[in-house]
Amino acid sequence: MNILFDLFLTFAKIGLFTFGGGYAMIALIENSCVEKKQWITHDEMMNVTVIAESTPGPIAINCATFVGYKQKGLAGAAAATVGMVLPSFCIIFFISMFLDNFLEIAWIAHAFMGIRLAVGILILDAAIKMIRKMQKKAVPLAIMCCAFIAMLLIDLFALRVSSIALMLIAAVISLSIFLMKRNAGKEGAA
Amino acid sequence: MICIDLFIGFLKVGLFAFGGAYGAIPLIRDVVLSYGWIEDEMLTYMIAVSESTPGPIMVNLATYVGSSQAGFAGALIATTAVVLPSFIIILLIMVLLKKLLKNPYVQAVLRGLKPCMIGIILATGIFMIIQHSAGSFGAFSINTTAVLMTVVLAAIYFGSGKVLKNGISPIGLIGISALAGIIVYGL
Repeated sequence: MNILFDLFLTFAKIGLFTFGGGYAMIALIENSCVEKKQWITHDEMMNVTVIAESTPGPIAINCATFVGYKQKGLAGAAAATVGMVLPSFCIIFFISMFLDNFLEIAWIAHAFMGIRLAVGILILDAAIKMIRKMQKKAVPLAIMCCAFIAMLLIDLFALRVSSIALMLIAAVISLSIFLMKRNAGKEGAA
Repeated sequence: MICIDLFIGFLKVGLFAFGGAYGAIPLIRDVVLSYGWIEDEMLTYMIAVSESTPGPIMVNLATYVGSSQAGFAGALIATTAVVLPSFIIILLIMVLLKKLLKNPYVQAVLRGLKPCMIGIILATGIFMIIQHSAGSFGAFSINTTAVLMTVVLAAIYFGSGKVLKNGISPIGLIGISALAGIIVYGL
């Protein structure tokens, strides 16, 4: 089979069968690309996961681009990424045409009134899991708390401040601390 | 023009969404609500739908928002825009900048971005819980039914991890909450 088509098909399958996104996908990608197809090694897979955590965007897309590029350069990266996105694109596009009509049905509207309560809990759970894994050092904890308070105030009072602005501020603060520490270290050495 | 707005809006989401799907939700709320594309309520529903359908959550949300604003073209543009930054960044890292992520300056920036993102996600989760438990924030009224349901759902979800081996999955919680909604609001 043509490698481009194989990449496309393999990632389309992964895209079709992983629910919940993100980390659920890594297991499936490991299973198809490392064990079955042997496109990348286990170590490379671990590397992509680390890179994916440090780069923006969906983790699954990062993995697809990485595996595709290793196999067949830019065309391979494109084939794998399009394969990854296509199934959910079709499903969601289909749903988007009917969701408004669905919500006019009373019991479905009631179901969604329950579901919206679950969404907040799921997001809270994701944050708690990340806090458990993060380094418990003063600077990251301080940045986290400030970002938390700022974002909560922005949401509660519907302020026109973008969360991107908060992230840029955090990046500048962290970089400044790093530079200050490094300069202090140099002076101490001299 | 709506297509350009969609492209720029979701490019921002794709470029700043550190921390996977849940990192993207605050950004998508930000972009979608500031442009006034869809209501907050509808976005919450779509987060649940995206969680319950296959594929990356932020791709699903981009497709939905794009489609709701400009049909098929909108869906295509928003989806492409949300995927493009990570596609390009991974290619750049593989081709040119293999050591980029080990660079101490880049590391310093990432050390700031990650905790900030966690704080933002935490605030978003808590805000959404408050928002749906309060009848309307301005009047500080409290929707007792919603508060009770939230407490029960949270107890089931967080408690299940202690009883069952892996606990209830997110899709499981969405299913239970849908059933609870039908029973509580329907009967």
